[in-house]
Amino acid sequence: MTWLSANEIEALALSLSVAFRSVLLSLPFAVLLAWVLTRRQFVGRTVLDAFVHLPLVLPPVVIGYLLLLLFGARGPIGGWLERAFGIELIFTRNGAALATAVMSFPLMVRAMRISLENVDRGLEDAARTLGAGALDRFATITLPLMLPGVLAGAITAFSAALGEFGAVITFVSNIPGETRTLPLALYTALQTPGGDAAAARLALISCVLGLGGLLLSEWFARRVRHMLGR
Amino acid sequence: MLKVAAKKHRGAFALEAQFELPTPGVVALFGRSGCGKSTLINVIAGLLKADSGHVVLDDAVLLDTQQHIDVPPERRRIGYVFQDAKLFPHLSVAANLRYAQRRARVPAYVGMDLVSDLLDLGALMHRRTHQLSGGERQRVAIGRALLSQPGLLLLDEPLASLDASRREELLPYLETLRDQLAIPMVYVSHHFDDVLRLATHLVLMESGKTTAQGNLSDMSLNPGVRAIIGADAVGAIVEGTVLGADPDSGLLRVQVGHGELKVHFGKAANGAKLRVQLLARDLIVATRAPQQLSVRNSLTGVVTAVMSDDDDSDLIAIDIGGTIIIARVTKAATRELGLAAGLSVWALVKTVSLRPHPI
Repeated sequence: MTWLSANEIEALALSLSVAFRSVLLSLPFAVLLAWVLTRRQFVGRTVLDAFVHLPLVLPPVVIGYLLLLLFGARGPIGGWLERAFGIELIFTRNGAALATAVMSFPLMVRAMRISLENVDRGLEDAARTLGAGALDRFATITLPLMLPGVLAGAITAFSAALGEFGAVITFVSNIPGETRTLPLALYTALQTPGGDAAAARLALISCVLGLGGLLLSEWFARRVRHMLGR
Repeated sequence: MLKVAAKKHRGAFALEAQFELPTPGVVALFGRSGCGKSTLINVIAGLLKADSGHVVLDDAVLLDTQQHIDVPPERRRIGYVFQDAKLFPHLSVAANLRYAQRRARVPAYVGMDLVSDLLDLGALMHRRTHQLSGGERQRVAIGRALLSQPGLLLLDEPLASLDASRREELLPYLETLRDQLAIPMVYVSHHFDDVLRLATHLVLMESGKTTAQGNLSDMSLNPGVRAIIGADAVGAIVEGTVLGADPDSGLLRVQVGHGELKVHFGKAANGAKLRVQLLARDLIVATRAPQQLSVRNSLTGVVTAVMSDDDDSDLIAIDIGGTIIIARVTKAATRELGLAAGLSVWALVKTVSLRPHPI
Protein backbone atom coordinates (compact mmCIF):
# COMPACT_ATOMS: atom_id res chain seq x y z
CA MET A 1 0.00 0.00 0.00
CA THR A 2 2.73 2.37 -0.98
CA TRP A 3 0.22 4.83 -2.45
CA LEU A 4 -1.17 5.48 1.06
CA SER A 5 0.65 7.88 3.31
CA ALA A 6 1.65 6.89 6.84
CA ASN A 7 -1.15 9.05 8.23
CA GLU A 8 -3.71 7.36 6.07
CA ILE A 9 -2.53 3.88 7.03
CA GLU A 10 -2.68 4.97 10.63
CA ALA A 11 -6.28 6.15 10.19
CA LEU A 12 -7.23 2.88 8.51
CA ALA A 13 -5.64 0.77 11.26
CA LEU A 14 -7.23 2.91 13.93
CA SER A 15 -10.65 2.64 12.32
CA LEU A 16 -10.41 -1.14 12.22
CA SER A 17 -9.23 -1.22 15.83
CA VAL A 18 -12.03 1.09 17.00
CA ALA A 19 -14.69 -0.81 15.05
CA PHE A 20 -13.44 -4.12 16.42
CA ARG A 21 -13.55 -2.88 20.02
CA SER A 22 -16.94 -1.34 19.40
CA VAL A 23 -18.45 -4.61 18.19
CA LEU A 24 -16.81 -6.57 21.00
CA LEU A 25 -18.26 -4.14 23.53
CA SER A 26 -21.81 -4.05 22.19
CA LEU A 27 -22.25 -7.72 21.16
CA PRO A 28 -23.22 -9.21 24.55
CA PHE A 29 -25.53 -6.30 25.38
CA ALA A 30 -27.16 -6.50 21.96
CA VAL A 31 -27.83 -10.26 22.30
CA LEU A 32 -29.31 -9.70 25.75
CA LEU A 33 -31.50 -6.80 24.62
CA ALA A 34 -32.64 -8.59 21.48
CA TRP A 35 -33.70 -11.52 23.64
CA VAL A 36 -35.40 -9.36 26.26
CA LEU A 37 -37.27 -7.31 23.66
CA THR A 38 -38.37 -10.36 21.68
CA ARG A 39 -39.11 -12.93 24.35
CA ARG A 40 -40.12 -11.03 27.47
CA GLN A 41 -43.33 -9.19 28.19
CA PHE A 42 -42.90 -6.48 30.79
CA VAL A 43 -44.04 -2.98 31.62
CA GLY A 44 -41.83 -0.46 29.85
CA ARG A 45 -40.85 -2.75 27.00
CA THR A 46 -42.00 -0.21 24.40
CA VAL A 47 -40.04 2.53 26.14
CA LEU A 48 -36.92 0.39 26.25
CA ASP A 49 -37.40 -0.47 22.59
CA ALA A 50 -37.66 3.22 21.69
CA PHE A 51 -34.63 4.02 23.83
CA VAL A 52 -32.53 1.41 21.99
CA HIS A 53 -33.53 2.95 18.67
CA LEU A 54 -32.80 6.51 19.77
CA PRO A 55 -29.37 6.74 18.06
CA LEU A 56 -31.09 6.11 14.71
CA VAL A 57 -33.21 9.24 14.98
CA LEU A 58 -31.10 11.63 17.08
CA PRO A 59 -28.37 13.73 15.47
CA PRO A 60 -25.04 11.98 16.18
CA VAL A 61 -23.78 15.20 17.74
CA VAL A 62 -26.47 14.89 20.38
CA ILE A 63 -25.33 11.35 21.18
CA GLY A 64 -21.73 12.60 21.41
CA TYR A 65 -22.84 15.36 23.74
CA LEU A 66 -24.83 12.98 25.95
CA LEU A 67 -21.81 10.67 26.10
CA LEU A 68 -19.68 13.61 27.21
CA LEU A 69 -22.15 14.32 30.00
CA LEU A 70 -22.29 10.71 31.17
CA PHE A 71 -18.82 9.37 30.38
CA GLY A 72 -16.73 12.53 30.54
CA ALA A 73 -14.03 12.79 33.20
CA ARG A 74 -16.53 14.47 35.52
CA GLY A 75 -19.57 12.54 34.31
CA PRO A 76 -21.22 10.06 36.73
CA ILE A 77 -20.17 6.93 34.83
CA GLY A 78 -16.92 8.25 33.34
CA GLY A 79 -15.67 9.43 36.72
CA TRP A 80 -16.47 6.11 38.34
CA LEU A 81 -14.81 4.10 35.55
CA GLU A 82 -11.64 6.12 35.95
CA ARG A 83 -11.57 5.87 39.74
CA ALA A 84 -12.50 2.20 39.92
CA PHE A 85 -10.70 0.75 36.90
CA GLY A 86 -8.47 3.50 35.59
CA ILE A 87 -10.35 3.46 32.31
CA GLU A 88 -10.19 6.75 30.46
CA LEU A 89 -12.67 7.25 27.69
CA ILE A 90 -12.39 10.88 26.80
CA PHE A 91 -9.95 11.55 23.92
CA THR A 92 -9.09 7.83 23.67
CA ARG A 93 -9.76 5.11 21.12
CA ASN A 94 -11.82 3.25 23.72
CA GLY A 95 -14.00 6.33 23.91
CA ALA A 96 -14.29 6.29 20.13
CA ALA A 97 -15.27 2.64 20.34
CA LEU A 98 -17.98 3.48 22.89
CA ALA A 99 -19.38 6.24 20.68
CA THR A 100 -19.49 4.00 17.61
CA ALA A 101 -20.95 1.15 19.69
CA VAL A 102 -23.83 3.33 20.83
CA MET A 103 -24.46 4.60 17.31
CA SER A 104 -24.45 1.14 15.69
CA PHE A 105 -26.27 -0.58 18.56
CA PRO A 106 -29.79 -0.29 17.07
CA LEU A 107 -28.62 -1.85 13.79
CA MET A 108 -27.12 -4.76 15.68
CA VAL A 109 -30.15 -5.34 17.91
CA ARG A 110 -32.47 -5.10 14.93
CA ALA A 111 -30.62 -7.78 12.94
CA MET A 112 -30.60 -10.09 15.95
CA ARG A 113 -34.28 -9.59 16.69
CA ILE A 114 -35.34 -10.50 13.18
CA SER A 115 -33.30 -13.65 13.48
CA LEU A 116 -34.60 -14.48 16.95
CA GLU A 117 -38.21 -13.98 15.89
CA ASN A 118 -37.67 -16.74 13.36
CA VAL A 119 -36.46 -19.19 15.97
CA ASP A 120 -39.28 -21.66 16.62
CA ARG A 121 -40.17 -21.42 20.30
CA GLY A 122 -41.39 -24.98 20.06
CA LEU A 123 -37.74 -26.02 19.82
CA GLU A 124 -37.08 -24.34 23.14
CA ASP A 125 -40.12 -26.10 24.60
CA ALA A 126 -38.79 -29.38 23.23
CA ALA A 127 -35.41 -28.75 24.87
CA ARG A 128 -37.23 -27.93 28.07
CA THR A 129 -39.11 -31.23 28.16
CA LEU A 130 -35.75 -32.96 27.58
CA GLY A 131 -34.46 -31.45 30.81
CA ALA A 132 -32.70 -28.27 29.67
CA GLY A 133 -32.89 -25.34 32.08
CA ALA A 134 -33.18 -21.70 30.98
CA LEU A 135 -29.47 -20.91 30.48
CA ASP A 136 -28.85 -24.31 28.93
CA ARG A 137 -31.68 -23.76 26.43
CA PHE A 138 -30.39 -20.34 25.53
CA ALA A 139 -26.84 -21.50 25.00
CA THR A 140 -27.60 -24.73 23.14
CA ILE A 141 -30.75 -23.92 21.16
CA THR A 142 -31.65 -20.24 20.99
CA LEU A 143 -28.18 -18.75 20.48
CA PRO A 144 -27.03 -21.20 17.79
CA LEU A 145 -30.30 -20.75 15.91
CA MET A 146 -30.12 -16.95 16.03
CA LEU A 147 -26.46 -17.03 15.00
CA PRO A 148 -27.16 -15.77 11.46
CA GLY A 149 -28.64 -12.62 12.99
CA VAL A 150 -25.80 -12.26 15.48
CA LEU A 151 -23.23 -12.46 12.68
CA ALA A 152 -25.18 -10.19 10.36
CA GLY A 153 -25.65 -7.72 13.20
CA ALA A 154 -21.97 -7.81 14.12
CA ILE A 155 -20.79 -7.28 10.54
CA THR A 156 -23.29 -4.50 9.87
CA ALA A 157 -22.33 -2.80 13.12
CA PHE A 158 -18.63 -3.20 12.26
CA SER A 159 -19.17 -1.54 8.89
CA ALA A 160 -21.23 1.24 10.43
CA ALA A 161 -18.62 1.73 13.17
CA LEU A 162 -15.93 2.31 10.52
CA GLY A 163 -17.92 5.26 9.22
CA GLU A 164 -19.20 6.90 12.39
CA PHE A 165 -18.32 10.60 12.41
CA GLY A 166 -20.50 12.93 14.42
CA ALA A 167 -20.65 11.12 17.74
CA VAL A 168 -16.93 10.32 17.65
CA ILE A 169 -15.71 13.85 16.91
CA THR A 170 -18.06 15.29 19.54
CA PHE A 171 -17.15 12.83 22.29
CA VAL A 172 -13.44 12.13 21.77
CA SER A 173 -12.38 14.89 19.35
CA ASN A 174 -10.07 14.44 16.35
CA ILE A 175 -6.68 13.36 17.62
CA PRO A 176 -4.26 11.83 15.08
CA GLY A 177 -3.31 8.28 16.02
CA GLU A 178 -5.86 8.06 18.83
CA THR A 179 -9.30 9.08 17.63
CA ARG A 180 -8.81 10.19 14.01
CA THR A 181 -10.61 7.35 12.24
CA LEU A 182 -11.19 7.18 8.47
CA PRO A 183 -14.11 9.61 8.27
CA LEU A 184 -12.37 12.04 10.59
CA ALA A 185 -9.17 11.79 8.53
CA LEU A 186 -11.22 12.34 5.40
CA TYR A 187 -12.85 15.40 6.93
CA THR A 188 -9.44 16.70 8.01
CA ALA A 189 -8.01 16.14 4.54
CA LEU A 190 -10.84 18.13 3.03
CA GLN A 191 -10.10 20.99 5.44
CA THR A 192 -6.41 20.95 4.47
CA PRO A 193 -5.23 22.81 1.34
CA GLY A 194 -4.02 20.25 -1.26
CA GLY A 195 -5.66 17.35 0.58
CA ASP A 196 -7.95 16.42 -2.31
CA ALA A 197 -5.94 13.38 -3.38
CA ALA A 198 -5.74 12.09 0.19
CA ALA A 199 -9.50 12.63 0.60
CA ALA A 200 -10.18 10.65 -2.56
CA ARG A 201 -7.99 7.77 -1.39
CA LEU A 202 -9.65 7.69 2.03
CA ALA A 203 -13.09 7.78 0.43
CA LEU A 204 -12.09 4.86 -1.80
CA ILE A 205 -10.90 2.83 1.20
CA SER A 206 -14.21 3.54 2.96
CA CYS A 207 -16.18 2.35 -0.05
CA VAL A 208 -14.13 -0.84 -0.37
CA LEU A 209 -14.48 -1.62 3.36
CA GLY A 210 -18.23 -0.97 3.32
CA LEU A 211 -18.81 -3.12 0.27
CA GLY A 212 -16.53 -5.83 1.64
CA GLY A 213 -18.49 -5.85 4.88
CA LEU A 214 -21.80 -6.27 3.09
CA LEU A 215 -20.48 -9.10 0.91
CA LEU A 216 -18.90 -10.82 3.89
CA SER A 217 -22.18 -10.57 5.80
CA GLU A 218 -24.07 -12.14 2.90
CA TRP A 219 -21.50 -14.94 2.58
CA PHE A 220 -21.69 -15.69 6.32
CA ALA A 221 -25.48 -15.72 6.24
CA ARG A 222 -25.40 -18.26 3.42
CA ARG A 223 -22.91 -20.48 5.18
CA VAL A 224 -24.97 -20.49 8.34
CA ARG A 225 -28.23 -21.12 6.50
CA HIS A 226 -26.58 -24.06 4.78
CA MET A 227 -25.33 -25.32 8.13
CA LEU A 228 -28.86 -25.13 9.53
CA GLY A 229 -30.19 -26.91 6.48
CA ARG A 230 -32.44 -24.14 5.26
CA MET B 1 -51.46 -44.49 38.25
CA LEU B 2 -51.50 -41.22 36.37
CA LYS B 3 -54.01 -38.76 37.76
CA VAL B 4 -54.74 -35.56 35.92
CA ALA B 5 -57.17 -32.75 36.60
CA ALA B 6 -56.93 -29.31 35.05
CA LYS B 7 -59.02 -26.21 34.67
CA LYS B 8 -57.97 -23.37 32.46
CA HIS B 9 -59.90 -20.46 31.01
CA ARG B 10 -58.45 -18.65 28.04
CA GLY B 11 -60.80 -16.23 26.36
CA ALA B 12 -63.87 -18.08 25.21
CA PHE B 13 -62.17 -21.46 25.57
CA ALA B 14 -62.50 -23.35 28.83
CA LEU B 15 -60.58 -26.51 29.64
CA GLU B 16 -62.10 -28.72 32.29
CA ALA B 17 -60.36 -32.04 32.22
CA GLN B 18 -59.99 -34.93 34.58
CA PHE B 19 -58.79 -38.47 33.96
CA GLU B 20 -56.93 -41.37 35.47
CA LEU B 21 -54.81 -44.02 33.82
CA PRO B 22 -53.56 -47.22 35.47
CA THR B 23 -49.83 -47.42 34.72
CA PRO B 24 -48.29 -48.73 32.60
CA GLY B 25 -50.91 -48.21 29.95
CA VAL B 26 -51.69 -46.11 26.95
CA VAL B 27 -54.47 -43.60 27.25
CA ALA B 28 -55.80 -41.98 24.12
CA LEU B 29 -57.09 -38.44 24.42
CA PHE B 30 -59.68 -38.62 21.71
CA GLY B 31 -61.81 -35.89 20.26
CA ARG B 32 -62.37 -33.58 17.34
CA SER B 33 -59.72 -31.05 16.33
CA GLY B 34 -59.73 -28.03 18.61
CA CYS B 35 -61.41 -29.77 21.55
CA GLY B 36 -58.50 -29.01 23.87
CA LYS B 37 -56.47 -32.21 23.66
CA SER B 38 -53.21 -30.40 22.96
CA THR B 39 -53.93 -27.81 25.63
CA LEU B 40 -54.42 -30.61 28.14
CA ILE B 41 -51.15 -32.37 27.36
CA ASN B 42 -49.30 -29.07 27.45
CA VAL B 43 -50.65 -28.66 30.97
CA ILE B 44 -49.46 -32.19 31.81
CA ALA B 45 -46.02 -31.37 30.40
CA GLY B 46 -45.97 -28.11 32.34
CA LEU B 47 -45.57 -25.97 29.23
CA LEU B 48 -48.93 -24.34 29.93
CA LYS B 49 -50.07 -23.18 33.31
CA ALA B 50 -53.42 -24.43 34.54
CA ASP B 51 -55.67 -22.16 36.61
CA SER B 52 -56.16 -25.06 38.96
CA GLY B 53 -55.60 -28.78 38.98
CA HIS B 54 -53.15 -31.54 39.65
CA VAL B 55 -50.88 -33.94 37.80
CA VAL B 56 -49.74 -36.93 39.82
CA LEU B 57 -47.65 -39.75 38.34
CA ASP B 58 -47.41 -42.69 40.72
CA ASP B 59 -45.87 -41.11 43.85
CA ALA B 60 -44.64 -37.95 42.21
CA VAL B 61 -46.76 -34.82 42.53
CA LEU B 62 -45.84 -32.76 39.47
CA LEU B 63 -48.57 -30.18 39.81
CA ASP B 64 -50.93 -29.37 42.62
CA THR B 65 -52.25 -25.84 42.59
CA GLN B 66 -53.75 -26.22 46.07
CA GLN B 67 -50.43 -27.18 47.61
CA HIS B 68 -48.58 -24.69 45.36
CA ILE B 69 -46.52 -27.44 43.78
CA ASP B 70 -45.56 -26.79 40.17
CA VAL B 71 -42.51 -28.74 39.02
CA PRO B 72 -41.03 -27.00 35.96
CA PRO B 73 -41.20 -28.99 32.69
CA GLU B 74 -37.43 -29.60 32.64
CA ARG B 75 -37.72 -31.51 35.91
CA ARG B 76 -40.97 -33.38 35.32
CA ARG B 77 -39.35 -36.28 33.47
CA ILE B 78 -42.14 -36.23 30.90
CA GLY B 79 -41.12 -37.04 27.35
CA TYR B 80 -43.03 -35.10 24.73
CA VAL B 81 -43.30 -36.08 21.08
CA PHE B 82 -44.57 -33.04 19.22
CA GLN B 83 -46.82 -33.18 16.19
CA ASP B 84 -44.08 -31.77 13.98
CA ALA B 85 -41.19 -33.55 15.76
CA LYS B 86 -39.35 -30.34 16.76
CA LEU B 87 -35.93 -31.79 16.00
CA PHE B 88 -33.09 -29.34 16.54
CA PRO B 89 -32.14 -28.26 13.01
CA HIS B 90 -28.56 -27.32 13.88
CA LEU B 91 -27.76 -30.77 15.24
CA SER B 92 -27.41 -34.14 13.53
CA VAL B 93 -29.73 -37.01 14.41
CA ALA B 94 -27.14 -38.49 16.74
CA ALA B 95 -26.59 -35.12 18.42
CA ASN B 96 -30.35 -34.66 18.86
CA LEU B 97 -30.46 -38.02 20.65
CA ARG B 98 -27.41 -37.27 22.79
CA TYR B 99 -28.93 -33.91 23.74
CA ALA B 100 -31.69 -35.78 25.55
CA GLN B 101 -29.43 -38.50 26.91
CA ARG B 102 -27.00 -36.04 28.50
CA ARG B 103 -29.77 -34.18 30.28
CA ALA B 104 -31.53 -37.22 31.74
CA ARG B 105 -32.09 -36.72 35.44
CA VAL B 106 -32.22 -40.37 36.46
CA PRO B 107 -29.94 -43.35 35.80
CA ALA B 108 -30.51 -44.54 32.25
CA TYR B 109 -32.97 -47.37 31.81
CA VAL B 110 -33.43 -46.74 28.09
CA GLY B 111 -30.08 -46.88 26.34
CA MET B 112 -28.97 -45.56 22.97
CA ASP B 113 -28.65 -49.10 21.58
CA LEU B 114 -32.16 -50.07 22.65
CA VAL B 115 -33.67 -46.93 21.18
CA SER B 116 -31.71 -47.36 17.99
CA ASP B 117 -32.90 -50.97 17.70
CA LEU B 118 -36.54 -50.36 18.58
CA LEU B 119 -36.88 -47.44 16.20
CA ASP B 120 -34.40 -48.48 13.48
CA LEU B 121 -32.34 -45.34 13.83
CA GLY B 122 -28.94 -46.83 13.02
CA ALA B 123 -28.88 -45.71 9.40
CA LEU B 124 -30.11 -42.21 10.24
CA MET B 125 -27.57 -41.32 12.92
CA HIS B 126 -25.28 -39.14 10.84
CA ARG B 127 -27.97 -37.43 8.81
CA ARG B 128 -28.98 -33.82 9.23
CA THR B 129 -32.57 -33.47 10.36
CA HIS B 130 -33.71 -31.78 7.13
CA GLN B 131 -32.65 -34.88 5.22
CA LEU B 132 -35.25 -37.03 6.99
CA SER B 133 -38.70 -38.00 5.78
CA GLY B 134 -41.71 -37.20 7.94
CA GLY B 135 -41.86 -40.71 9.39
CA GLU B 136 -38.14 -40.75 10.10
CA ARG B 137 -38.37 -37.41 11.85
CA GLN B 138 -41.04 -38.76 14.16
CA ARG B 139 -39.00 -41.87 14.92
CA VAL B 140 -36.05 -39.69 15.89
CA ALA B 141 -38.33 -37.48 17.98
CA ILE B 142 -39.69 -40.53 19.81
CA GLY B 143 -36.17 -41.84 20.35
CA ARG B 144 -35.05 -38.49 21.67
CA ALA B 145 -37.97 -38.33 24.09
CA LEU B 146 -37.22 -41.86 25.33
CA LEU B 147 -33.54 -41.09 25.93
CA SER B 148 -34.50 -38.39 28.40
CA GLN B 149 -35.55 -41.39 30.53
CA PRO B 150 -39.13 -40.23 30.98
CA GLY B 151 -41.60 -41.58 33.51
CA LEU B 152 -44.40 -40.66 31.12
CA LEU B 153 -44.48 -40.17 27.37
CA LEU B 154 -46.82 -37.66 25.73
CA LEU B 155 -47.50 -38.03 22.02
CA ASP B 156 -49.35 -35.15 20.38
CA GLU B 157 -50.80 -36.55 17.16
CA PRO B 158 -47.39 -37.87 16.08
CA LEU B 159 -48.93 -39.27 12.90
CA ALA B 160 -50.99 -36.23 11.94
CA SER B 161 -48.50 -34.77 9.49
CA LEU B 162 -47.95 -38.10 7.72
CA ASP B 163 -49.76 -39.57 4.74
CA ALA B 164 -51.54 -42.92 5.00
CA SER B 165 -48.60 -45.11 3.98
CA ARG B 166 -46.22 -43.31 6.37
CA ARG B 167 -48.73 -43.78 9.18
CA GLU B 168 -48.74 -47.50 8.51
CA GLU B 169 -44.96 -47.41 8.56
CA LEU B 170 -44.76 -45.72 11.96
CA LEU B 171 -47.61 -47.46 13.82
CA PRO B 172 -45.72 -50.75 14.33
CA TYR B 173 -42.91 -48.81 16.04
CA LEU B 174 -45.40 -47.31 18.45
CA GLU B 175 -46.87 -50.76 19.12
CA THR B 176 -43.38 -52.06 19.84
CA LEU B 177 -42.80 -49.25 22.32
CA ARG B 178 -46.02 -50.02 24.12
CA ASP B 179 -45.21 -53.73 24.31
CA GLN B 180 -41.51 -53.56 25.18
CA LEU B 181 -41.19 -50.54 27.45
CA ALA B 182 -43.35 -50.15 30.48
CA ILE B 183 -43.62 -46.38 30.05
CA PRO B 184 -47.12 -45.01 30.41
CA MET B 185 -48.20 -42.98 27.42
CA VAL B 186 -50.77 -40.32 26.72
CA TYR B 187 -51.59 -40.39 23.05
CA VAL B 188 -53.49 -37.52 21.48
CA SER B 189 -55.39 -38.37 18.35
CA HIS B 190 -58.48 -37.71 16.33
CA HIS B 191 -57.91 -40.87 14.29
CA PHE B 192 -59.80 -43.77 15.77
CA ASP B 193 -57.67 -46.30 13.87
CA ASP B 194 -54.54 -45.26 15.76
CA VAL B 195 -56.43 -45.35 19.03
CA LEU B 196 -57.72 -48.82 18.26
CA ARG B 197 -54.23 -50.12 17.65
CA LEU B 198 -52.37 -48.41 20.45
CA ALA B 199 -54.54 -47.43 23.35
CA THR B 200 -55.63 -49.42 26.38
CA HIS B 201 -57.80 -46.59 27.67
CA LEU B 202 -59.71 -43.81 26.06
CA VAL B 203 -60.62 -40.38 27.36
CA LEU B 204 -63.21 -38.60 25.28
CA MET B 205 -62.89 -34.83 25.01
CA GLU B 206 -65.61 -32.55 23.75
CA SER B 207 -65.18 -28.76 23.56
CA GLY B 208 -62.62 -28.54 26.33
CA LYS B 209 -64.18 -31.08 28.67
CA THR B 210 -63.40 -34.71 29.33
CA THR B 211 -66.85 -36.21 28.97
CA ALA B 212 -66.23 -39.95 29.28
CA GLN B 213 -63.41 -42.36 29.95
CA GLY B 214 -62.77 -46.05 30.39
CA ASN B 215 -61.05 -48.99 28.81
CA LEU B 216 -61.20 -49.20 25.08
CA SER B 217 -63.83 -51.96 24.89
CA ASP B 218 -66.29 -50.03 27.02
CA MET B 219 -65.56 -46.76 25.28
CA SER B 220 -66.10 -48.28 21.84
CA LEU B 221 -69.81 -48.40 22.74
CA ASN B 222 -69.93 -44.80 23.97
CA PRO B 223 -72.39 -42.59 22.05
CA GLY B 224 -69.97 -39.62 22.13
CA VAL B 225 -67.22 -41.70 20.55
CA ARG B 226 -69.69 -43.04 17.97
CA ALA B 227 -70.67 -39.50 17.03
CA ILE B 228 -67.08 -38.58 16.26
CA ILE B 229 -65.91 -41.64 14.39
CA GLY B 230 -68.90 -41.77 12.02
CA ALA B 231 -71.51 -44.44 11.33
CA ASP B 232 -69.24 -46.70 9.28
CA ALA B 233 -66.52 -46.91 11.94
CA VAL B 234 -68.90 -47.64 14.81
CA GLY B 235 -68.38 -51.04 16.34
CA ALA B 236 -67.48 -52.89 19.47
CA ILE B 237 -63.85 -53.57 20.22
CA VAL B 238 -63.68 -56.85 22.07
CA GLU B 239 -60.79 -58.55 23.73
CA GLY B 240 -60.35 -62.22 23.08
CA THR B 241 -58.04 -65.08 23.97
CA VAL B 242 -56.31 -67.15 21.29
CA LEU B 243 -57.50 -70.77 21.47
CA GLY B 244 -55.29 -72.09 18.68
CA ALA B 245 -55.24 -72.52 14.93
CA ASP B 246 -58.20 -74.12 13.18
CA PRO B 247 -56.59 -77.12 11.37
CA ASP B 248 -58.98 -77.06 8.39
CA SER B 249 -58.97 -73.38 7.54
CA GLY B 250 -55.69 -72.21 9.02
CA LEU B 251 -57.62 -69.40 10.71
CA LEU B 252 -56.97 -68.49 14.30
CA ARG B 253 -59.67 -69.35 16.84
CA VAL B 254 -60.28 -66.61 19.36
CA GLN B 255 -62.60 -66.82 22.35
CA VAL B 256 -64.73 -63.74 22.90
CA GLY B 257 -67.44 -63.77 25.58
CA HIS B 258 -68.68 -67.35 25.60
CA GLY B 259 -68.42 -67.60 21.83
CA GLU B 260 -65.64 -68.05 19.36
CA LEU B 261 -64.41 -66.07 16.35
CA LYS B 262 -62.16 -67.24 13.53
CA VAL B 263 -59.82 -64.53 12.39
CA HIS B 264 -57.00 -64.00 9.90
CA PHE B 265 -53.92 -63.37 11.95
CA GLY B 266 -50.37 -64.65 11.49
CA LYS B 267 -49.00 -66.61 14.38
CA ALA B 268 -50.07 -66.14 17.95
CA ALA B 269 -49.42 -68.26 21.02
CA ASN B 270 -52.35 -70.00 22.67
CA GLY B 271 -53.63 -67.82 25.46
CA ALA B 272 -52.38 -64.61 23.83
CA LYS B 273 -54.72 -61.65 23.95
CA LEU B 274 -56.09 -60.14 20.77
CA ARG B 275 -58.28 -57.14 20.23
CA VAL B 276 -60.91 -57.52 17.53
CA GLN B 277 -63.04 -54.76 16.13
CA LEU B 278 -66.53 -55.88 15.14
CA LEU B 279 -67.93 -53.06 13.03
CA ALA B 280 -71.64 -52.60 13.64
CA ARG B 281 -72.36 -52.41 9.92
CA ASP B 282 -70.72 -55.83 9.36
CA LEU B 283 -72.85 -57.70 11.90
CA ILE B 284 -75.95 -59.64 10.88
CA VAL B 285 -78.59 -60.42 13.51
CA ALA B 286 -80.69 -63.58 13.37
CA THR B 287 -83.42 -64.70 15.73
CA ARG B 288 -83.09 -68.39 14.75
CA ALA B 289 -79.99 -70.54 14.57
CA PRO B 290 -78.55 -69.87 11.14
CA GLN B 291 -77.72 -72.80 8.85
CA GLN B 292 -75.84 -73.33 5.63
CA LEU B 293 -74.26 -69.91 5.37
CA SER B 294 -70.79 -68.95 4.22
CA VAL B 295 -70.39 -66.87 7.35
CA ARG B 296 -67.74 -68.42 9.60
CA ASN B 297 -68.67 -66.76 12.81
CA SER B 298 -71.87 -67.06 14.73
CA LEU B 299 -72.11 -65.75 18.27
CA THR B 300 -75.08 -66.39 20.52
CA GLY B 301 -76.21 -63.63 22.82
CA VAL B 302 -79.00 -61.65 24.36
CA VAL B 303 -80.13 -58.21 23.21
CA THR B 304 -79.51 -55.70 26.00
CA ALA B 305 -80.65 -52.53 24.26
CA VAL B 306 -82.09 -51.17 21.05
CA MET B 307 -80.84 -47.65 20.35
CA SER B 308 -82.12 -45.46 17.58
CA ASP B 309 -79.09 -44.30 15.60
CA ASP B 310 -80.58 -42.27 12.77
CA ASP B 311 -83.86 -42.06 10.84
CA ASP B 312 -83.36 -45.42 9.18
CA SER B 313 -81.31 -47.59 11.47
CA ASP B 314 -81.02 -48.87 15.01
CA LEU B 315 -78.00 -50.03 16.94
CA ILE B 316 -78.61 -53.33 18.70
CA ALA B 317 -76.43 -54.05 21.73
CA ILE B 318 -75.93 -57.75 22.30
CA ASP B 319 -74.37 -59.41 25.33
CA ILE B 320 -72.33 -62.39 24.13
CA GLY B 321 -71.29 -63.53 27.59
CA GLY B 322 -70.00 -60.57 29.56
CA THR B 323 -68.96 -58.79 26.39
CA ILE B 324 -71.16 -56.35 24.52
CA ILE B 325 -71.12 -56.08 20.74
CA ILE B 326 -73.25 -53.79 18.61
CA ALA B 327 -74.95 -54.36 15.28
CA ARG B 328 -76.51 -51.84 12.96
CA VAL B 329 -79.84 -52.95 11.43
CA THR B 330 -82.61 -51.07 9.65
CA LYS B 331 -85.60 -50.03 11.70
CA ALA B 332 -87.67 -52.28 9.43
CA ALA B 333 -85.55 -55.26 10.52
CA THR B 334 -85.96 -54.30 14.17
CA ARG B 335 -89.72 -54.36 13.71
CA GLU B 336 -89.93 -57.56 11.67
CA LEU B 337 -87.62 -59.54 13.94
CA GLY B 338 -89.18 -58.01 17.04
CA LEU B 339 -85.76 -57.09 18.39
CA ALA B 340 -86.04 -55.95 21.98
CA ALA B 341 -84.10 -56.22 25.19
CA GLY B 342 -84.07 -59.78 26.53
CA LEU B 343 -84.42 -61.53 23.18
CA SER B 344 -81.94 -64.31 22.39
CA VAL B 345 -80.21 -63.77 19.07
CA TRP B 346 -77.35 -64.96 16.87
CA ALA B 347 -74.86 -62.40 15.64
CA LEU B 348 -73.11 -63.32 12.39
CA VAL B 349 -69.95 -61.81 11.00
CA LYS B 350 -67.69 -62.69 8.08
CA THR B 351 -64.10 -63.48 8.95
CA VAL B 352 -62.88 -61.16 6.18
CA SER B 353 -64.45 -58.18 7.90
CA LEU B 354 -62.72 -58.77 11.24
CA ARG B 355 -59.69 -56.70 12.12
CA PRO B 356 -57.64 -58.29 14.90
CA HIS B 357 -54.80 -56.44 16.65
CA PRO B 358 -52.40 -57.66 19.29
CA ILE B 359 -52.69 -56.01 22.68
